[in-house]
Amino acid sequence: MAIRTQPVTINIGPQHPSTHGVLRLRVTFDGEVIIDLEPIFGYLHRGKEKLAEARTYTQFIPITDRADYLASMSNNWAYCLAVERLAGIELPERAEYIRVLVGEMMRISNHLMAVGFFLNDCGAFFTPLLYMYREREKLLDLFDMLCGQRLNYNYMRFGGVSQDLPAEFLPALKRFVQEMPGYIDEYEQLLVTNEILLARSKGVGILSPELAINASASGPVLRASGVKWDIRRADPYSLYPHLEFDIPTGLQGDTYDRFYVRLQEMRQSVRILQQAITGIEQLPPGVYRAEVPSLVRPPRGEVYSRIESPKGELGYYIVSDGGVSPWRCRIRAPSQINLTVLRDMAVGWKLADLIIIFGSIDIVMGEVDR
Amino acid sequence: MTQPLSGKEVAERIQDQVPGAVLLADGACICVRPGSVAQVAQFLKEAAGLEMDYLNNLTAADYLDYVEVVYHLSSLKHNHSLTMKVQCWGPDEPEVPSVYPVWRGADLQERECYDMFGVRFVGHPNPKRILFWEGFEGHVLRKEFIA
Repeated sequence: MAIRTQPVTINIGPQHPSTHGVLRLRVTFDGEVIIDLEPIFGYLHRGKEKLAEARTYTQFIPITDRADYLASMSNNWAYCLAVERLAGIELPERAEYIRVLVGEMMRISNHLMAVGFFLNDCGAFFTPLLYMYREREKLLDLFDMLCGQRLNYNYMRFGGVSQDLPAEFLPALKRFVQEMPGYIDEYEQLLVTNEILLARSKGVGILSPELAINASASGPVLRASGVKWDIRRADPYSLYPHLEFDIPTGLQGDTYDRFYVRLQEMRQSVRILQQAITGIEQLPPGVYRAEVPSLVRPPRGEVYSRIESPKGELGYYIVSDGGVSPWRCRIRAPSQINLTVLRDMAVGWKLADLIIIFGSIDIVMGEVDR
Repeated sequence: MTQPLSGKEVAERIQDQVPGAVLLADGACICVRPGSVAQVAQFLKEAAGLEMDYLNNLTAADYLDYVEVVYHLSSLKHNHSLTMKVQCWGPDEPEVPSVYPVWRGADLQERECYDMFGVRFVGHPNPKRILFWEGFEGHVLRKEFIA
């Protein structure tokens, strides 16, 4: 005789260690199997888009930091690039190099956290994560050297960056770049062929490339499904047309691929860092910031500009009415839009799988809610 | 480099399929009649040579007299882009057909657009508020909403 079961709906979060912030998942189970899921958010909504309309363009830069607080530099960059395109500001070459350097450092730092917390979600409590923290700490020290901040940098300005690199920065970064491939080897030895990790994540939460594209997934989530799409290549900005790097892609779009693609992207970031260091060393000392008035007034018009942030396509849609503050400033947040496919990936799997499927998307609530 | 498509050429192709849908074509942007959004979206996604398979961004902006819904589209296959706009004049909560059946990526973005601007997307399977709670009055990104 078959056992009859009744669907049960439970809440995961908003206060739960595996939800990476204040996210609530409303999940309906049949026994232990997920039959429906709805992410509910808004707990961290601070109204950034409304705040932008009441501030000057420059005053909004520190607020962009707090959207994706694990990759603040990328937020700064995306916003500054959008305003620069709207106002037609050209950057000195030195500024472009500095931006590429901090952008790729940020990507490594973000992926370290993404991979570390993903393993935490798998149940490897804090041991792998602390390995990742070890390297991230070195990056945070470097950022501290640059602008005196460890998390919310407020480093970029329209036309460049706020300060030049201090003398001790490049030698310290070179040391890091030399050490980092060894550390990534270490993670790979520990993790990539680990039997428990493979059993937990191989074939779990598969996202097909068709659905990934149709649902506007971006970043490592899209690439893990086998779609070779990186905005640094497809719609290049800054110095990326001159830099060499590969775009790692996954084979089947499962949880494991999303984890593995991030590991490989760190290797590529190290490659980019090496080229950028060589490049900036050959530059004569010079201006790191173009002459831009402190009160920027872009001409009437609008722009949609995007960069490849560590989490995916980070876009800013800015409408200017010619005044000192934006008429409309929209943040296209990859964390939020990547959540569209969570239901499709999780239905049919069990509760414990949900936690790692969710962890493999890599979201930050500050960016989901803005 | 992502190539912006010419709005005029795309508008001519749409005119054959969905007559009278495009009101204005300017640069890399087309302005579409609110009622025909879903048909135009379907055409843009499927027409050979266009194949706009990726919805980058969906949002709106309040211009006091009207609310404008903006769709930033691109094609991963051909690496080109197009902006589609819809101007909603009239009532407080204007109605626009949902593009959810065409691009799943519109799911959360349309909900946010309703939450912030009060644009109702007809045909969206879950047309609830997203960041604010049910029962909240007003739409915060409208210019008349004073924070």
